Amino acid sequence: MGWHVDIIILTLVVITAIAAIQIKDLLATAILFGAYSFMMCVLWSIMGAVDVAFTEASVGAGVSTVFFVAAIFHTTRRSQD
Amino acid sequence: MRYIALIVVLLSGLVLLYTEKDLPPWGDPNSPASLHVSPKYLRDSLQETAVPNVVTSVLADYRGYDTMFETTVIFCAGLACFVLLRVFKVERKEAHYRHKATGLIIHVKVPNLLDNSSEFERVDTMWVPHDLILKTMCRFLIPFIQLFALYVVAHGHHSPGGGFQGGVILGASIILLSISFDLRTGLERVNERSISLMSATGVFVFTGIGAICLFLGSQFLNYGILSKILGVDPVMSRSWGIFGVEVGVAITVMAVMIGIYNYISSEGKLDEGL
Amino acid sequence: MADIIGYILGKYNYWMAVVLMMIGLYAMLAKKNLIKKIVGMNIFQTAIILFYISIGFKKGATVPIIEHNTHVIDVAKYANPLPHVLMLTAIVVAVSTFGVALALAVRVYQEHGTLEENEILSELQE
Repeated sequence: MGWHVDIIILTLVVITAIAAIQIKDLLATAILFGAYSFMMCVLWSIMGAVDVAFTEASVGAGVSTVFFVAAIFHTTRRSQD
Repeated sequence: MRYIALIVVLLSGLVLLYTEKDLPPWGDPNSPASLHVSPKYLRDSLQETAVPNVVTSVLADYRGYDTMFETTVIFCAGLACFVLLRVFKVERKEAHYRHKATGLIIHVKVPNLLDNSSEFERVDTMWVPHDLILKTMCRFLIPFIQLFALYVVAHGHHSPGGGFQGGVILGASIILLSISFDLRTGLERVNERSISLMSATGVFVFTGIGAICLFLGSQFLNYGILSKILGVDPVMSRSWGIFGVEVGVAITVMAVMIGIYNYISSEGKLDEGL
Repeated sequence: MADIIGYILGKYNYWMAVVLMMIGLYAMLAKKNLIKKIVGMNIFQTAIILFYISIGFKKGATVPIIEHNTHVIDVAKYANPLPHVLMLTAIVVAVSTFGVALALAVRVYQEHGTLEENEILSELQE
C-alpha cells in the first residue's frame, strides 16, 4: 500500500512543477507553486520526515506564497513566455 | 536559447540517471548513510541530552554550530531586503479617506489633510471594501495562532517542531494582521525599530549562550558546563541549553519574516501595503 | 524483463528527484521572465531535499522520536535523522534566497519597467 500513494503523489508533484513554469499568468504560478510545496510536504511526511514536512508546510505553503503574491502585486501579472 | 537549454538539460539528466545505478536500494536499513554516525545519535540522544526528538537534539546540540550560521543567514537575508528596498523620503501626493459613520470614500489631493481626524480613517490607494466578517474573524484567530506557535517552540523536545517552525508561525500571525486590516495596523503593533532589534537579538542569544559556555571553562556551545550556573545535572543543562537556543532562533525568524513582508509589500516605503 | 522492472521500481524516488532537478534547471536556463527563473531555482532546491530525504528512509521505520520507556533502542526501527537535520537548514536557506530574489525582482521592475530578460538587455545596451 505504501508505494501506491508514493507514485500517485510523485506524479502530481511533477505535473504541478511543469504547470507552474509553463503558465503565463503569474498569479496562477504563485498558487500552483504553493500546491507544489504542499505536495512535497505530504511526500516527506509519508517517508517519515515530520520535522522537515512541518517546516515546508509553514514556509512553502504559507509565507512563501504570500511573498510571491506581494511581489506580483508590485510588478506585472502577465509574463511573455 | 531554448534548444541549447534543452540539450544541456537532457545531457545532465542522462549523466545523473546513469550514476544512479550505484546508489543503494531505497529503504535499506544497512545503506552506508545509516551506518556510521547516525546509530550513535539515535542510541545516545536520550541518555546524554534527555530529549526524545532526535532531530532537535542533533540540530541544536550535536550540530549546533551549523544552526548558528543558519540563523545568521536568515538575519543577513532580512538585512539584504532592507538595504535593497527601503526608501526613506516619500512624497505623498494624494490620499483616500473613509468617513467612519457613513462609509463614504473621499479622494483628497492635498496629502496629510485629515490624518489626525477622528471621524475619517485612511485607506489605501488600491482601495478594497471594508469587510466586517474578515476583520472580525482574523482578529479572533490571531491570538490562537500565536498560542499555537509558542506551543510549537516549547514542545520541540517531544514532538515535531522547534524554533524555526514556531518562529515562522509567529511571523505569519502578524502578516495575517497586516493583510486583513492594513499595513499601518500591523506596523502599530510591531514597528520597524522593534523588528530590527529583535532580528539581532535572536542571533545574539544563540551566540551568547555559546559564549557563556566558553567563559565558564568549556568549549564553545558545550551546554553541559551550564550546570554550574543552572544548578542541575549536566544532562538536564544540555536540555535547557537546547531550549534557550531554540528561543533565539524563533525570535530572529519571526522578525525577519515580518520584515521581508513589510518591505516587499510596500516597495520599501512602509506606507501602504497589499 | 522482470529484472529491469524491479530495478526501475526499486528506486523511483531517485529517478523522480532527477526529473524534478532537470525541470528546475530548464526553467532557470530557458525562461525569459525573471519570476519564472526564481520559481525554477526553488523547484531545484526542493528536488535536492527530496533526494536527501529518500536516502534517509528505512522500510517499516517510524518517525525519529524515541518512545517513552524504551531501554534497548533498535536502530533499524527509526528513520535516519541526519538527512532531516541537514535539510532543515536547506529549507531555511531556500526561503531566505527566495525573499531576497523577490526583492531584487521588484527593484529591477522599478528601474526598468519590465521583467523580461531580453527587454532589459536591449534597454541596457542603449
